[in-house]
Amino acid sequence: MALDAGLVGRGYPPSAVYEVGREKIAEFARALGDPDPVHLDPAAARAAGHPDVIAPPTFAVVLSLQAADVVVEDPDVGLDYSRVVHGEQRFTHHRPIRAGDRLVATATVDAVRTVAGNDMLTTRVDLATEDGELVCTTRSMLVARGAS
Amino acid sequence: MTLRLTDVEVGTALPEQVSRVTRADLVRYAGASGDLNVIHWSDRVAREVGLPGVIAHGMLTAGIAVRAVSQWVGDPGAVVDYQVRFSRPVVVPDDDEGAELTVRGRVAAVGDDGRVRVDLTVTSGGDKVLSLARAVVALG
Repeated sequence: MALDAGLVGRGYPPSAVYEVGREKIAEFARALGDPDPVHLDPAAARAAGHPDVIAPPTFAVVLSLQAADVVVEDPDVGLDYSRVVHGEQRFTHHRPIRAGDRLVATATVDAVRTVAGNDMLTTRVDLATEDGELVCTTRSMLVARGAS
Repeated sequence: MTLRLTDVEVGTALPEQVSRVTRADLVRYAGASGDLNVIHWSDRVAREVGLPGVIAHGMLTAGIAVRAVSQWVGDPGAVVDYQVRFSRPVVVPDDDEGAELTVRGRVAAVGDDGRVRVDLTVTSGGDKVLSLARAVVALG
């Protein structure tokens, strides 16, 4: 089923606040085999000029994955999740995510396309602090493979 | 030591990064990321949806790949933009060796504003698993 182009620009309510913890950053860095002390040791992070430990460049996916669910589950979008694969992912960092950040995620439908029977849905998630400072913008493209 | 803009030019190669991904790594990443999709831990379900077996999370592959950039620069916070396109799944066998992941990178563009674009080539068993992997780093 082709996705409705009229969905582009549709916004969803902001998420609950997510408080970024040092241990969560360390856990994520270890899962990537990333030994950089700026993810693990507050003193090393401060020596490198950061206020606290910073997250690896792909950490935002922890928040954006959840935030994008509201789009995937929107009945008007009508994506067949059983046929979905992750097609593309992009992160634009306005500054590094760091421990102590209290972030709110807001999802928007960024683009829809249908190519050769495959539906492609791009969701943008803006991650901002409670005070409204934009920290990171993520874009995820999901492909729902057409029924064969 | 942080890389400086004067250290790079178009064509500069990054050190090659070779790593291995095992089933234990997939379990650890599933927990850390919250991505509990069953195709990353059940051969039965992976085969039901037409895969040869359990595959790595695309974002695990992408996260390992960008390590090559942040370690080269010496500052993960310098990565201001990172985009990937997933082209082929990384099948992770249920053994001690797992799957091999090789990351090569090259500077593709150097901007006057200190922004440097690095294009990555990410392969497993000789096959390209990301058809696009591009990082932009801000260098001082």
